[in-house]
Amino acid sequence: MSQNSLRLVWVYPDLLSTYGDQGNTLVVERRARQRGLDVSRLDVRSDQQIPTSGDIYLIGGGEDRPQRLAAERLRRDGGLNRAVANGAIVFSVCAGYQILGHEFINDLGQREPGLGLLDVVSTRGEGARCVGDVLADIDERLGLPPLTGFENHQGVTHLGPTARPFAKVRFGNGNGTGDGFEGAYNDTVFGTYMHGPVLARNPMIADLLLKLALDVNALPPVNDQWYEALRAERIAAATQST
Amino acid sequence: MAGNSEPLSARAKLAVTAGKAAAAVSKAAGRGSGSVIGGKVALRVDPDLLGALAQHLEVTLVSATNGKTTTTRLIAEALRAAGPVVSNALGANMPAGITSALSGGGDARYGVIEVDEKYLAGVARDTDPKCIALLNLSRDQLDRAGETRMLAEKWREGLNGTKAVVVANADDPLIVWAASACANVVWVAAGQEWKEDAWSCPSCGGVLQRQGDDWGCGECGFRRPSPSWVLNGDYVLDPHGSAWPIHLQLPGRANKANAATSAAVAAVFGVPPQVALERMYQVQAVAGRYDVVTYQNRELRLLLAKNPAGWLETFSLIDGPPAPVLLSVNARGADGTDTSWLWDVDYTRLAGHPICVLGDRKLDLAVRLEVAGLEFRVCESLDEALQVCPPGRIETIANYTAFQDLRRRVGN
Ligand SMILES: [Zn+2]
Repeated sequence: MSQNSLRLVWVYPDLLSTYGDQGNTLVVERRARQRGLDVSRLDVRSDQQIPTSGDIYLIGGGEDRPQRLAAERLRRDGGLNRAVANGAIVFSVCAGYQILGHEFINDLGQREPGLGLLDVVSTRGEGARCVGDVLADIDERLGLPPLTGFENHQGVTHLGPTARPFAKVRFGNGNGTGDGFEGAYNDTVFGTYMHGPVLARNPMIADLLLKLALDVNALPPVNDQWYEALRAERIAAATQST
Repeated sequence: MAGNSEPLSARAKLAVTAGKAAAAVSKAAGRGSGSVIGGKVALRVDPDLLGALAQHLEVTLVSATNGKTTTTRLIAEALRAAGPVVSNALGANMPAGITSALSGGGDARYGVIEVDEKYLAGVARDTDPKCIALLNLSRDQLDRAGETRMLAEKWREGLNGTKAVVVANADDPLIVWAASACANVVWVAAGQEWKEDAWSCPSCGGVLQRQGDDWGCGECGFRRPSPSWVLNGDYVLDPHGSAWPIHLQLPGRANKANAATSAAVAAVFGVPPQVALERMYQVQAVAGRYDVVTYQNRELRLLLAKNPAGWLETFSLIDGPPAPVLLSVNARGADGTDTSWLWDVDYTRLAGHPICVLGDRKLDLAVRLEVAGLEFRVCESLDEALQVCPPGRIETIANYTAFQDLRRRVGN
């Protein structure tokens, strides 16, 4: 890809955009443009074909039935798997995160196959729904400041050997497996339970996606005044709520 | 049903008395109007009280995600042309609040009742309504409301078999899905600006196709019914094709839609559109919403917007730039504690307006506006915001508890 253009693909906003997930797309788009990149953003509805030439794909959260419909259509389409094989970056949240794994429990209570892009398997939690502010430390290999997000899910996600935990919670539930891990990632595919939307609360993750897509080590700084103020407030809120 | 003059049972009378006593105690203790606690006490004494009270009334139920309080008020005004009306005008819309409101009904002939979406099926069972108005369904309170489509499904199951005339919005696919199992439906083309909760066919999960006002599923044939009442700009067309002008003091397209639906409801009770619409003009503000207040020598118009669909309708009614806009957002219990819905609101619609933000979650708003590429000021208090706002009437848009905070602050 060219160093000064970026192809951003928002996957299935008609099905997986229930929790302000458009925000993640808007934040990546904005921060790319602030760095002078020429951004083309494609919103792909579930009756359209997923392009295979995107640089960054974003998938959001959704309710149980739309999640099953999205999984069925993405499996049939096959485009996202081809894009990842081409080296594309994928960032997924909640229902989207579960779809990227090997399987999850659908709205009919059945095991629904996912895309197998992340080595994770999701089940449905027995306990209360996980709802609230979360504070977590991101895997040190990524060298990022703490993760703040809002979780709202019933799912439990177990990681296989080739998925690394994205973060370890200090406050909150994350993957819900009891070991304190939150999210999962491999070289190019990321999944998290964090809403907020998560990239609005953690712009450094948006920058990480940009760096991976552009294959650069650093990006010119932008004014993060309001992001930093919001982060400080939400980190304090997560600390106090427990 | 109305006309049945069978008096309340001794138990029901006792329940009404107990409820009123509890309400008076609560009110005296400074805990608001006491209507909800009064209703709870009354329902504990007689669980069938709601049904008993409704028996003496011709009941209309009104439910929706947005606009139910205003529409309830418009319908109540319209039906007063035909006789006395009792209504839960202050928006206490769960069974206890409804029971309490009906307990004070005196000799009312009509009951016009706003019902919380989650309680509609139950209240419809208890009150044997003559009419049910269904306006719209969209995402609201993400942290606890559950699925919007599931709500439509619950309505569909709960209202199936109702004897009521269901007056329903043909432009909202979820409303059409909820109402189309009912025997007697009057479809109103009332519009629906927000479409993000209805791309997926509620019946089969296919993708809905839209063309102009029309919509339909390409896979199963579920489609927009043909409406008998139509909102057309500033007019409502009745089933005979006559156009009636809508003059309201309430602003905005959404309120014209509410008036069109209300005219269709009034017609069910024999009140002609002309009479109904003239009476609706009397409605000025509803529980403080749309009120213009003067505070610190500034004029503020108070606008309530609780969810993305509500914000979208509100943006379409405010004065154009350079009218200053003040936005306030909280995330307390009654608002829902997840603020991510802010990202479903298209704030670029505010380009050109001077913007001030405040409220508990002003920093969420600040990041949202920053990403939208807008200029804004973050303020610690209303008084500070008024000092930095340029001249002109200030369009003040707030979500639920932020709105209550503002009303208290300006003494409204
Ligand atoms: Zn269909």
